[in-house]
Amino acid sequence: MSARELSYAEAIREALGIALERDERVFLMGEDIGVYGGAFQVTGDLVDRFGEERVMDTPISELGGAGVAVGAALTGMRPVYEFQFSDFSMLAMEQIVNQAAKLRYMLGGAVNVPVVFRMPTGSGLGGAAQHSQSIEAWYAHVPGLKVVEPSTPEDVKGMLLAAIKDPDPVIVFEHKLLYKMKGATPEGYYETPLDRAVVRREGLNLTIVAMGVMVHRALEAADALAKEGIEAEVIDLRCLRPIDKDAIVDSVRKTGRLLAVYEGVKTLGIGAEISAIVAESEAFDYLEAPIMRLGGAEAPIPYSPVLEKAAVPQVEDIIAAARRLAQSEV
Amino acid sequence: MRLRVARPQVYDRLSVEDVLGALKRMHRIRRFEEAAEDSYIRGLSYGTMHLSIGQEATAVGACMPLRDADTITSTHRGHGHCIAKGAELKPMFAEFLGREGGYCKGRGGSMHIAEPAKGNLGANGIVGGGLPIAVGAALSAKKLRTGAVALAFFGDGANNEGAFHEALNLASIWKLPVVFVCENNQYAMSMAMARATAVANVADRAQAYAIPGVMIDGNDFAAVAEAAFEATDRARAGEGPTLIEAKTYRTRGHSRSDRNRYRTREEIDAWKARDPIARFEKEIVELGLTTEAQAAAIAAEAEQEMAEAIAEASASPWPSVEDLTRDVYSPAQRTRR
Repeated sequence: MSARELSYAEAIREALGIALERDERVFLMGEDIGVYGGAFQVTGDLVDRFGEERVMDTPISELGGAGVAVGAALTGMRPVYEFQFSDFSMLAMEQIVNQAAKLRYMLGGAVNVPVVFRMPTGSGLGGAAQHSQSIEAWYAHVPGLKVVEPSTPEDVKGMLLAAIKDPDPVIVFEHKLLYKMKGATPEGYYETPLDRAVVRREGLNLTIVAMGVMVHRALEAADALAKEGIEAEVIDLRCLRPIDKDAIVDSVRKTGRLLAVYEGVKTLGIGAEISAIVAESEAFDYLEAPIMRLGGAEAPIPYSPVLEKAAVPQVEDIIAAARRLAQSEV
Repeated sequence: MRLRVARPQVYDRLSVEDVLGALKRMHRIRRFEEAAEDSYIRGLSYGTMHLSIGQEATAVGACMPLRDADTITSTHRGHGHCIAKGAELKPMFAEFLGREGGYCKGRGGSMHIAEPAKGNLGANGIVGGGLPIAVGAALSAKKLRTGAVALAFFGDGANNEGAFHEALNLASIWKLPVVFVCENNQYAMSMAMARATAVANVADRAQAYAIPGVMIDGNDFAAVAEAAFEATDRARAGEGPTLIEAKTYRTRGHSRSDRNRYRTREEIDAWKARDPIARFEKEIVELGLTTEAQAAAIAAEAEQEMAEAIAEASASPWPSVEDLTRDVYSPAQRTRR
């Protein structure tokens, strides 16, 4: 496996191309994924390589389109449905939450629904309130769905391939700010597990749990903190459902301090779950300071770049929070 | 009721065995639903239920052209569709009672009874939920070249849901082998069709999606079966979807909470006089396809089958509480840490 670099978007395209080549049951659906190449140019030239039957442009019809994907998955196909923005998936939530997530269970295990929903997520591109949300926690609350958010080109390729092979519905969140980010990406087919977090940086003083673009902000913050003598361990959560409790607990047992960083609205979000995992585990006894959460503002994502930046955690926010956490005590 | 002068053409496509099988299924549906109602009244069943008594000809007629490989999606009022597609009474009733021996091992209940092995992708508790899924099943059939069709049952209530419009549009632009069967039983819970829908007939909406819209008497088995054959022939020939509107009536209330305050006794009685099973029996006796004695024997057989199904289903064990989360996901293929 060579270590050539691909962008995050190219890594997704490569994964989709490999999946289309390997398995004729795989096909893509989504708005403007054909000749247009996708709203974020993710599918690119796939329609030229695989044709319109397998790279299907769908009308702006999220509920119907997602439902067709669910029905096709129920009957032998392996559809990968691209939402232009995760915000638009709310139009299709009925099919995702009431149907895809529950059909196997409701039918006593007689069926499975191998559908993948790809959802560009997050703010930072001036999309304002209806094109910038981080709603990962909503879907992660639904038994029957698997929910992941890869942070690197290597991971997004491997996790997407694993998601396409998975027998159950998987939602893959892709942070829009990562599409152009480059990173070493192995060639060929490989799968990255859909249930495991990864330690991106080791450290002894505190644990930062993050995912998606926040992993990169946390790593940048950790470099700055190291210069002050604070060694932060950065965990890339990668998977929300199932969530890798052991990775969080193991790290906090070592560091005694937890900072959860996430872009979704702070209250009742991912940070609450991460905190509760620690509070309910043996790691609680190792805590040397109260748990801290750094999440999105209690507001819709605003348009003005000044406000947009302030609405979600930035590198400097993470540094400041980590500093306070490193100094605080129970 | 109009008098027939000619033999409906659909009987040319059906063997005597098919016709008697259809009669048996109609009786099975009626007996199943009466048993369900009875078990509810006696406090033996749980939750809610939606009975389709009076709509049997639509369920059975629409499924006449279907093979096991053809799929259906159904509604919250789905007992009839399930039996029409070939389900057995015992596992169905066990499901109704929430037992491990049910089709869904007690996880689904009345609103989610399914039998994927027979092409029944399941009843659905969400109005309109099954329509896009049927279109997806039709897309699979086209891609996999199975020659199968998908048939979506839905009620008049669903015709105002976005899912209905999106499903018809997608099926039409992609020319998919799907048949949309609207059981217009006049009311969406208490909401009369005329109060809820801007057009007079659900079938009128086919025009907006450039597909044929066919309106039939849903209590007339032959009319339903004929329309269904025509639509499935079209679908199998690659000519795309058809919307069939079967005008029918549920003589029972919407669910157990219904006090029937939105319709009159006279209206209900008028529809009871058009009972689809009695009409079908009369027709096939007149056509010489059966005798009154044979028809009565078939009804008695269905009754006997139902009695046995109730006894066996009632003996089926409750699910084990330890299995509460089984089947939320497919069997684990977890990689170990």
